[in-house]
Amino acid sequence: MTTLEPKSKRKTYGAIIGILIVFGLIVLLENLHKIIPGVPDILYPTSVLFTVLKKAAVYSLVAVSMNLLNGFTGLFSLGQAGFMLLGAYTYAILMVPGDSREQVYYLYGGSAIKQSIQDLLNSVFGKDGGGGAVSLILSVIIAILIAGCIAAVFAWLIGFPVLRLKSDYLAIATLGFAEILGAVFKWQKLGKITNGANMIKNFPNFSAFNIKNSQTGETMVYLSTLVPFIVATVCIIFIVLLVNSTYGRAFKAIRDDEIAAEAMGINLSKHKRLSFVVSSFFAGISGALFAMYVSNAQAKVFTTTLTYEILLIVVIGGIGSISGSIIATFLYVSCSEWWLRFLDEETFIGTTKVPLLKNGFRMVVFSVVIMIVVLFFRKGIMGTKEIGDLHPIKALKAKKAKKSAIKAKDGAK
Amino acid sequence: MNYLISIVLSGISVGGQYALIAIGYTMVYGILRLINFAHGDVFMVAGLMCIYISASMPMYITIPLVLILTVALGFFIERAAYKPLRAAPRMSVMISAIGVSYLLQNLATYVTGGQPMTYPFEKLSFLTRTVNIAGTPTKTVVIITPVLVILLVVLLTLLINHTKIGMAMRAVSKDFETSRLMGIKINSVISVTFVIGSLLAAVGSVLYFSTYTAVTPTIGALPGLKAFVAAVFGGIGSIPGAVIGAFIIGICETVIKALPSAWDVSVFSDAFTFALLIIILIFKPTGLFGEKTAEKV
Repeated sequence: MTTLEPKSKRKTYGAIIGILIVFGLIVLLENLHKIIPGVPDILYPTSVLFTVLKKAAVYSLVAVSMNLLNGFTGLFSLGQAGFMLLGAYTYAILMVPGDSREQVYYLYGGSAIKQSIQDLLNSVFGKDGGGGAVSLILSVIIAILIAGCIAAVFAWLIGFPVLRLKSDYLAIATLGFAEILGAVFKWQKLGKITNGANMIKNFPNFSAFNIKNSQTGETMVYLSTLVPFIVATVCIIFIVLLVNSTYGRAFKAIRDDEIAAEAMGINLSKHKRLSFVVSSFFAGISGALFAMYVSNAQAKVFTTTLTYEILLIVVIGGIGSISGSIIATFLYVSCSEWWLRFLDEETFIGTTKVPLLKNGFRMVVFSVVIMIVVLFFRKGIMGTKEIGDLHPIKALKAKKAKKSAIKAKDGAK
Repeated sequence: MNYLISIVLSGISVGGQYALIAIGYTMVYGILRLINFAHGDVFMVAGLMCIYISASMPMYITIPLVLILTVALGFFIERAAYKPLRAAPRMSVMISAIGVSYLLQNLATYVTGGQPMTYPFEKLSFLTRTVNIAGTPTKTVVIITPVLVILLVVLLTLLINHTKIGMAMRAVSKDFETSRLMGIKINSVISVTFVIGSLLAAVGSVLYFSTYTAVTPTIGALPGLKAFVAAVFGGIGSIPGAVIGAFIIGICETVIKALPSAWDVSVFSDAFTFALLIIILIFKPTGLFGEKTAEKV
């Protein structure tokens, strides 16, 4: 994905075409087993490849939203899991179909909200065929937007007290709010809405977007991987545009030097709150996507560990680089879910058992790698650069210029 | 009445255990300006070490061994993960601390196989025996904890106020750069801070887990965060402040847990701590006993 530079139209078109090609490839990849029979197992929609792609799309959005706050505005917030929780629950509560609410909320004798958005739209567009598809897509879009808005409103409210705090106090206060949110959603008294500590399920997930044959129930076209990619891409494009706008420049000024930024006439509290609210909005949306990905919403998933995980992704990618965050997410998710899986399995070479390989070893190796990145490669994969800056010819020129500058310096001595 | 006494007593005991962790936080923050997120996990590792060592050793060897190993762990973490970042921005060090916490948790999951490990509390009979206080049956740990905490705090205060290394610590916490110019060996002062912090965390872990039945890899995170809140509440950098803050948080938490179940507010016992933190940060950011510092350009 390339950065959108308002000045060069060619670059913008290039980016749009690139994104469309990626979308096309994803659809092709997921449906390849329909076109060519007998493809390897990895290309079947239940394989780990598509799990990784879906999860990475969801995580990349939340990583970028955290980067907007931590990397571009310099606000070290650890509340991402809390906003994801708000988004996930909002989406889940709004989208459980009316007829399965009895079953999901059976411990509390039914739900306080009787219908889902989809039910309302079904009554307008009809339930089957094209009408059903329209109502599904519309209701998911509406629910995701509401999920983002609820997270944003909450961020706006807690922004008043929290954003006055500095660096590590801000981190610990946002972390505290996330913990409080978790407790509130587990509260039995709200059981009719939040289902207490139990999970909410049965709402439409990514597989609901697969196009099915209405008679046989067989899936015709798989679109389940495309959906998180579309949502994440649209959101990330918005964040990129924001970062490259006047607001984005103000954010970076605040990050680099708060006092100097204020002296230059930047309204600190306004910009900090804006960044916080926008970041939380997208964290809320990614929470909704996360609920769709795991097909349930449960408060105990959104712990501090989740926030740490996302923070570490941002650090690996480079604090202050959006493309870095995206690359790091895909690397991180594919390593943890797929490429390093073998570390968790007891393996035998001949009759000798390979030492150390046991359940949990993958995460140990993983955290050691993370520590190495944190300690020795503090800039991460991309530093503060974007992928568009990495022009091979330009980089070479810059290197030459640097060398000649050093030579000139030496000559002057 | 008996019920009330038992609640207050167990609150004091929990508070004392938090206090022992909180001292480690507050000293490290006072000197390095770093929230040592890994401190709670050091506490958890001390619990796990006690389980593994006590399986083959008697208790009077196990406990000193656990204390020594925990101190070594704290020392090693500082040298490996924080020292290389001395010149880096504060946020990098904090991220490193989060990384260490993540590593320790994953390592614990690997070693234990993800299973909750049973703490050898039956071997710690001197802590778990039942005694009567004012007609209320309680465990001895409830009495031992506050006494031990007060004793250790007095010792620590003496160390800080009347020894050379204590003076060096105070100097470093006032001004890092100047004290370095004055010939104080920064690295050894910081190491001593981590050693003391880890030692107290190990003591706290023995007391804390003696009333818990199981140790899980993530069990250290929450007591760690609460102890940090206690440190902030008391005014970060102040040892008496951290202890008082920890006692207040411990008592409040136990009282909330003991409230009538019809209200169902016990889920908020953890949330309460954070609410307290946020209130304190808004109204008195320097805590109860903290010093005011002015931001300089």
